[in-house]
Amino acid sequence: MKRIFATAALVLAMVSSTAADPAWDATLAQAKGQTVYWNAWGGDARTNAFIAWVGGQLHTRYGVEVKQVKLTDTGEAVARVVAEKAAGRDSDGSVDLIWINGANFQAMKQKGLLYGPFVDKLPDVSYVDTTDKRSNVVDFTIPVDGYESPWRLAQFVFIYDAAKVPTPPRSLAALTEWIEAHPGRFTYPDPRDFMGASFLKQILIDLAPDRARLAEPADAASFKTETAPLWAWCDRVKSSLWRKGEQYPANEPALIQALNDGEVDFALAFDPAEAATSAKAGRLPASVRVTTFAEGTLGNTSFVAIPYNSPHKEAAMVVADFLLDPATQAYAQNIDHLGAYNVLDPAKLSPQQRQMFADLPSDPALPTPGDLAPVLLEPHPSWMTGIAEEWRRRYGQ
Amino acid sequence: MAAALRPVRRGVNGAAGLAYAGLGAPILGGLAVTGAAAFGYLPALGQTHASLAPWRRLFAEPGLAASLALTVSVGVLATALSLTLAFALLARGRAALPTPLLAAPHSAVAVGLAFLLAPSGWIVRLFSPWATGFHAPPDWATVGDPWGLSLTLGLIVKETPFLIAIGAAALGDLPAPAQLQAARALGHRPARAWGLVIAPQLYARVRWPVYAVLAYGLSVVDMALVLAPSHPAPLSLIALHWLTSPDLADLAPGEAAALLQAGLVVATLALWRLAERAAAFALVRLAATGRRSGAADALAPVLAGLARATLALGLAALAALALWAVAWRWPFPRAWPESLSLQLIAAQAPLLAAPLANTLALAGVSAGASLALAIAWLEGEDRIGRRAGSALIFAPLLAPQIAFLFGVETLAFRLRFDGGFPAVAWAHGLFVFPYVWLTLSGPWRGLDPRYARAASALGRGKLATLLLVKLPMLAAPLALAFAVGVAVSVAQYLPTLFVGGGRVATLTTEALALASGGDRRLQGVVSLAQTLVPLVVYAAAAGVAARWGRKA
Repeated sequence: MKRIFATAALVLAMVSSTAADPAWDATLAQAKGQTVYWNAWGGDARTNAFIAWVGGQLHTRYGVEVKQVKLTDTGEAVARVVAEKAAGRDSDGSVDLIWINGANFQAMKQKGLLYGPFVDKLPDVSYVDTTDKRSNVVDFTIPVDGYESPWRLAQFVFIYDAAKVPTPPRSLAALTEWIEAHPGRFTYPDPRDFMGASFLKQILIDLAPDRARLAEPADAASFKTETAPLWAWCDRVKSSLWRKGEQYPANEPALIQALNDGEVDFALAFDPAEAATSAKAGRLPASVRVTTFAEGTLGNTSFVAIPYNSPHKEAAMVVADFLLDPATQAYAQNIDHLGAYNVLDPAKLSPQQRQMFADLPSDPALPTPGDLAPVLLEPHPSWMTGIAEEWRRRYGQ
Repeated sequence: MAAALRPVRRGVNGAAGLAYAGLGAPILGGLAVTGAAAFGYLPALGQTHASLAPWRRLFAEPGLAASLALTVSVGVLATALSLTLAFALLARGRAALPTPLLAAPHSAVAVGLAFLLAPSGWIVRLFSPWATGFHAPPDWATVGDPWGLSLTLGLIVKETPFLIAIGAAALGDLPAPAQLQAARALGHRPARAWGLVIAPQLYARVRWPVYAVLAYGLSVVDMALVLAPSHPAPLSLIALHWLTSPDLADLAPGEAAALLQAGLVVATLALWRLAERAAAFALVRLAATGRRSGAADALAPVLAGLARATLALGLAALAALALWAVAWRWPFPRAWPESLSLQLIAAQAPLLAAPLANTLALAGVSAGASLALAIAWLEGEDRIGRRAGSALIFAPLLAPQIAFLFGVETLAFRLRFDGGFPAVAWAHGLFVFPYVWLTLSGPWRGLDPRYARAASALGRGKLATLLLVKLPMLAAPLALAFAVGVAVSVAQYLPTLFVGGGRVATLTTEALALASGGDRRLQGVVSLAQTLVPLVVYAAAAGVAARWGRKA
């Protein structure tokens, strides 16, 4: 019964979200009939299904077609836009929308490969949380400046099997102790990979003598001072890691696979719903849970951006706006659909809109927003590239 | 009249010219763009001054020397062993073709093999916990070992069937039984006789495919992603990492690494050719000793046994993957899934319909056109009595795809020839044609010219000779070449993605996108779908060979 009301509220909310905005009406009119090629990582069947759902919704409502170009790595789409610019193809590009953040965003913004600022033109941007969810406006310390529009929140979490690890460590000190007491049962992905580098960043934040310094670009002197405790930590735990620290899983999926195979007891993820969705999909045992360090873990936002040469910018903006619609955000946060945490500010929502979120089904493996520790902002991207390189110099030969 | 025209036509092979213009030129163009980028010339990024900085960065990469050593040892070892094992089976008569292994994409074999060999894998599970006492997997490095042995094994499992298929097709044209009989009559033991008499002739016919295998092993990406050590990583992965890095400053060193890779392939091939000479010399010396028996006959059954074991391992890897496709939960140390489900297949099947249609159309067009072009090329050679150089056709197999595809893509943009089906089919052709040509050229050139001469002596024209004599006699290699072409087309990932802008979805683009999520069950589902198309075509080719193939 509750479900029916929630659905009804959802439909109502969707119908009612049409404000008088002549500029936006013009955008909608231009967008009609356009096809948006949304370049998005295709490694998650649930996200793919969500994007397909978005396509269906936009088709019936605005006559906008959405086609997902399934990437194995967001860098592919970035490289494509670079190649198009190299060929002087400035108005007829093949990428209309990219799921992006962090270093990819920085690279594209710096090289002038993005269209914008466009986010302020989106009617539903008024719901976005810009105070508590700071990563919506500062992406890895890079100001968003309206060049990308948020659509889902990410936070660094540990995934573990509660049947095997009843009380997971909730601080770096406790984790270190656990690793040393259970040799061969913990590891992190190779820092060439985004997730591996993120793990090192998390350790860096915990150990850096001056955490505030990490918000600024690294230079040789500060890099040495701030990262020294990180390397001491890596040296200390190395021989207690999986494969004695001689091998590392290639990426996050490989680590999750290792958890599923029982080779390790922890996996890492940037999606707090990962345990719940993986358990539902049979990919991990039903007893998996997520946890964070009590003091907080890294968090960031997933955005969509529009390349400078997209021929379908209006339709791409319609997609970006639809993603911000509270009804869409509630649909996405539903663990039965996607389980992605919303980017909205509850204070900016109407009571009915808030109710949509309150009515979402729960799951034992799903942390409530209250379970999660505070979100720590990402350091400047130069720290990530720096530690990934230094790690390779130290351990990568 | 025809005789009067002959001097004019001499040296002009229209089909070869077409192949060069349509396939070779873009590759050269692509390599040129790549080469320029490797020296820091990237106008799109505002870099218009050549410099050695990308190379300095490449050579400052930690452990580069170890990476190079690993790359070469994996490529050479895998090629030499695949060749040895393939010959060992071919020497023992008609080997049954392990068609599923031939048809399965490299990445699928790699994933399946990794699951077999891992400390949490099927082999350990079969013996756990009752024999090993393991309730949790042991902490062994059986996959991604620092010596690259698991990667080498993966390549061997995949390339041995390919060489068996090519070798069997080429063997059909050799008067092997008669020659063997003669050698046996001279008192040579069977394996020694085969090694001294048949092997050198056969090798001469499969030489180009062997080079392709070597080049592939030196620049392999998809298998390396699953089976290679993370450090030292093979050079291909270092290049890949840079070329897909979000930091655009990594592009130039990535292109430099790619160029180094191409150089490594050329250098290794040169060494391989030297080794060929040495082997030929040694073989002649061996024959000249006059001895009739030696180690060969003791070794032959061992090698054949190893070859069968290798193929069995590959088939087991595919079986494991197929089982994962229907497994819901399959935790360690269970030897059989805890629960089975068709849910994933049911969920994916409707999504794969459109990509399947694209895959079939691309494979049909690119393999069909490549086969026609290869026939025209080789027939052209026969008519003018001169062989066109084939080195350039080999180029796509030398450089890592991702490197020169950046150049090809840039050129395609300039010409506004991208994003659509024809462009993708053409891009597939770049890679399909060399394999089709390699598969066909050995048997074609090995065809006894007296058949054609007899036909023309009987008054038949050149076209009739081609259609009524040559092509029917070459039915088996033609069918195999088409099947190889289909398999190569189906497996193309980067060309589909780059030239198609991701808009032409195929089974492989879907498979790789889903595989990047790392769910072994999904990998199982899409790998099955990927394997099915070439499997059907290979089976059909085998049917053609059995029905119309020449019995030697």
